[in-house]
Amino acid sequence: MTSAATVGDLVSQPYKYGFVTDIETEKIAKGLSEDVVRLISAKKDEPAFLLDFRLRAYRQWLQMEEPDWAAIGHPPIDYQNIIYYAAPKQQDKKASLDEVDPKLLETFEKLGIPLSEQKRLTNVAVDAVFDSVSIATTYKEKLAEHGVIFCSISEAVKEHAELIERYLGSVVPSNDNYFAALNSAVFSDGSFVFIPKGVACPMDLSTYFRINSGDTGQFERTLIVAEAGASVSYLEGCTAPMFDTNQLHAAVVELVTLEDASIKYSTVQNWYAGDEKGVGGIYNFVTKRGQCRGDRSHISWTQVETGSAITWKYPSCVLQGADSVGEFYSVALTNNRQQADTGSKMIHVGPRTRSTIVSKGISAGHSSNSYRGLVQMGPKAVGARNYSQCDSMLIGDQAAANTYPYIRSQQPDASIEHEASTCRISADQLFYLQSRGIGFEEAVSMMVSGFCRDVFNQLPMEFAAEADKLLALKLEGSVG
Amino acid sequence: MIRSDAPVLLEIRDLRASVEDQPILKGVSLTIRAGEIHAVMGRNGSGKSTLSKVLAGHPAYRVTGGSVLYRGEDLLALQPEQRARIGLFLGFQYPIEIPGVSNLEFLRVATNARRQEQGSEELDTFAFEDLVRERLQVVQMDPAFLDRSVNEGFSGGEKKRNEILQMALLEPLVAILDETDSGLDIDALRIVAGGVNQLASADNATLLITHYQRLLDVITPDYVHVMAAGRILRTGGKELALELEESGYDWVDAEIERLESTSAQRITAEVG
Ligand SMILES: Nc1ncnc2c1ncn2[C@@H]1O[C@H](COP(=O)(O)OP(=O)(O)OP(=O)(O)O)[C@@H](O)[C@H]1O
Ligand SMILES: [Mg+2]
Repeated sequence: MTSAATVGDLVSQPYKYGFVTDIETEKIAKGLSEDVVRLISAKKDEPAFLLDFRLRAYRQWLQMEEPDWAAIGHPPIDYQNIIYYAAPKQQDKKASLDEVDPKLLETFEKLGIPLSEQKRLTNVAVDAVFDSVSIATTYKEKLAEHGVIFCSISEAVKEHAELIERYLGSVVPSNDNYFAALNSAVFSDGSFVFIPKGVACPMDLSTYFRINSGDTGQFERTLIVAEAGASVSYLEGCTAPMFDTNQLHAAVVELVTLEDASIKYSTVQNWYAGDEKGVGGIYNFVTKRGQCRGDRSHISWTQVETGSAITWKYPSCVLQGADSVGEFYSVALTNNRQQADTGSKMIHVGPRTRSTIVSKGISAGHSSNSYRGLVQMGPKAVGARNYSQCDSMLIGDQAAANTYPYIRSQQPDASIEHEASTCRISADQLFYLQSRGIGFEEAVSMMVSGFCRDVFNQLPMEFAAEADKLLALKLEGSVG
Repeated sequence: MIRSDAPVLLEIRDLRASVEDQPILKGVSLTIRAGEIHAVMGRNGSGKSTLSKVLAGHPAYRVTGGSVLYRGEDLLALQPEQRARIGLFLGFQYPIEIPGVSNLEFLRVATNARRQEQGSEELDTFAFEDLVRERLQVVQMDPAFLDRSVNEGFSGGEKKRNEILQMALLEPLVAILDETDSGLDIDALRIVAGGVNQLASADNATLLITHYQRLLDVITPDYVHVMAAGRILRTGGKELALELEESGYDWVDAEIERLESTSAQRITAEVG
């Protein structure tokens, strides 16, 4: 009697970002071939080195097989039934925001990302990507004063070709895995960040990805380079409309830090997750990897994964420089029929390298949530240390949680510590909170945010509160 | 303190409730007026905690008959949180641990939910800290407990004190304390009972569920009820508790047998 009525009402709570923007789009025909790869490159007017990079990746991809080791299941993906390039119809990227199609500006405003001069977020520069292209980047000039480059990757290819040629594919080689190869062949847009030597980026940088078309894949590519002593905090957000078909999202993110540099990369992922029955939603196959090339450099991944029908994602750190540090803080929430197989890889190469993994998985409804992580200590990783903590929270009795920690050590003088726990939100706990005047939903969200606190503490402040609210929203109606 | 003209706070009439289709409460009636202290005693498993949880709205119990009016309002129609906000309080026999949720934050949210209902202003973190420090004195509790997760790793006695601290903050009109005395050492019992006495007034009422006379030595009840097999079998003054201490519950069996057989006969009569 108590909560049954509310639970029923709230389950049907619609996905807030499920609208479609009605805008004329330029799309190429469905399907993938060498000609399509050439066409994409030609549309973007790319230099030869990049076309070669794409073609090599495409040929590698043809030789590869879709991985099947993750704890996920889905009908086969028909790669010939996807559109690999879609862009809102407007001429080249606009010099000023005033020339951007108002419908696009409106879309981002609706998503909570105002781009116009008057309304844009203070102290966060935003690159807004709509389907396959970047439509606007704010605060570019201000950042340029500090020597910071923040622009779409397409623009960077033209204006900073030598940096792209040097770094693109240097962390995630095009044949790294099936989805990385696919991305390398057909990637459309994404962000490029370059922080020169000794510069602490004066504001947070952020990219917001929006999928709009129903039959388009999104293959964005992000590259962030921090030179010696440089530092930056970067945030990525994403949403998509509700379609009853599944769309493929296969991104690649590469991070590079030189000596004493640091990159903090945070993601709040809220792609459309499909409905309660598991119809529709994004297939999210993402390769994210950072390389601490320099001594004492630092890469930190924080992710809050709440969306997508399927999440396949293992943000990793290759700790090459001596005393370099890698961190991974993750909250992955699955509800209804969502499936997540996510975790991290910490590859310790250099001496005294350190890494921390804190993973919090929350599974509700009929969902499945797996942590999969690798900690590897190479032969030279003398005195290296890792600490991993993987906690799962189950809500209801239909959800599943798994933990797959893999450990490989070739260095006896390295220490690896792993802790894991599983808990369940019980009806008695909820009743206890309710019997003190705390509403049902608030009670759930108190318990969940308590569970996630270690991770939320790592998010930039303004996003921590967002993440809290997002989780509460996602869980509405899942406990009963 | 009995005053026959005091307003009725809680009016339970022929309340019946089941868990998983198993009847547990088989017709409980009880009237509680402002200013009164009631004690409910009875054997293990007689339905005392069930009565308290049904009143607080626990979802595991299904009400199958009867009614409960709280200050004239249909209590059973309200969500558990709403019952709490309007001044019903249940001190749990087994307080629940909630890992990850800070005790201080929990107390603040709960207090503000009650205050909002009463039309008082919300307390911010600082104002609340002041209030909570003052109320901690009622139960002589160490402020260190505020920084821990709700009840997590608390000893049995510490959990009970935390319950009374919540009561002191929420200032309920009807407080049901389910075996708040069990698990307390002698000093703690005196402190907790002192706290309850301190909070009792002419405007509120207390329903104590207990097995022991030693609590009723410190908190003097106006009424003592004996529960058995889901009913209130007898009601008397404080001397009834002393009598029970002396002679136990053996007399209960015969009485229950008589009741069950008459109701069985009635059912047969109705059906036949
Ligand atoms: N959730 C439940 N599921 C199954 N049976 C229950 C449940 N709650 C109560 N009961 C049963 O109902 C009866 C009454 O239980 P209750 O906890 O109300 O007794 P009590 O009078 O409080 O006993 P005690 O003095 O031991 O605390 C018991 O037989 C108990 O097993
Ligand atoms: Mg009991």
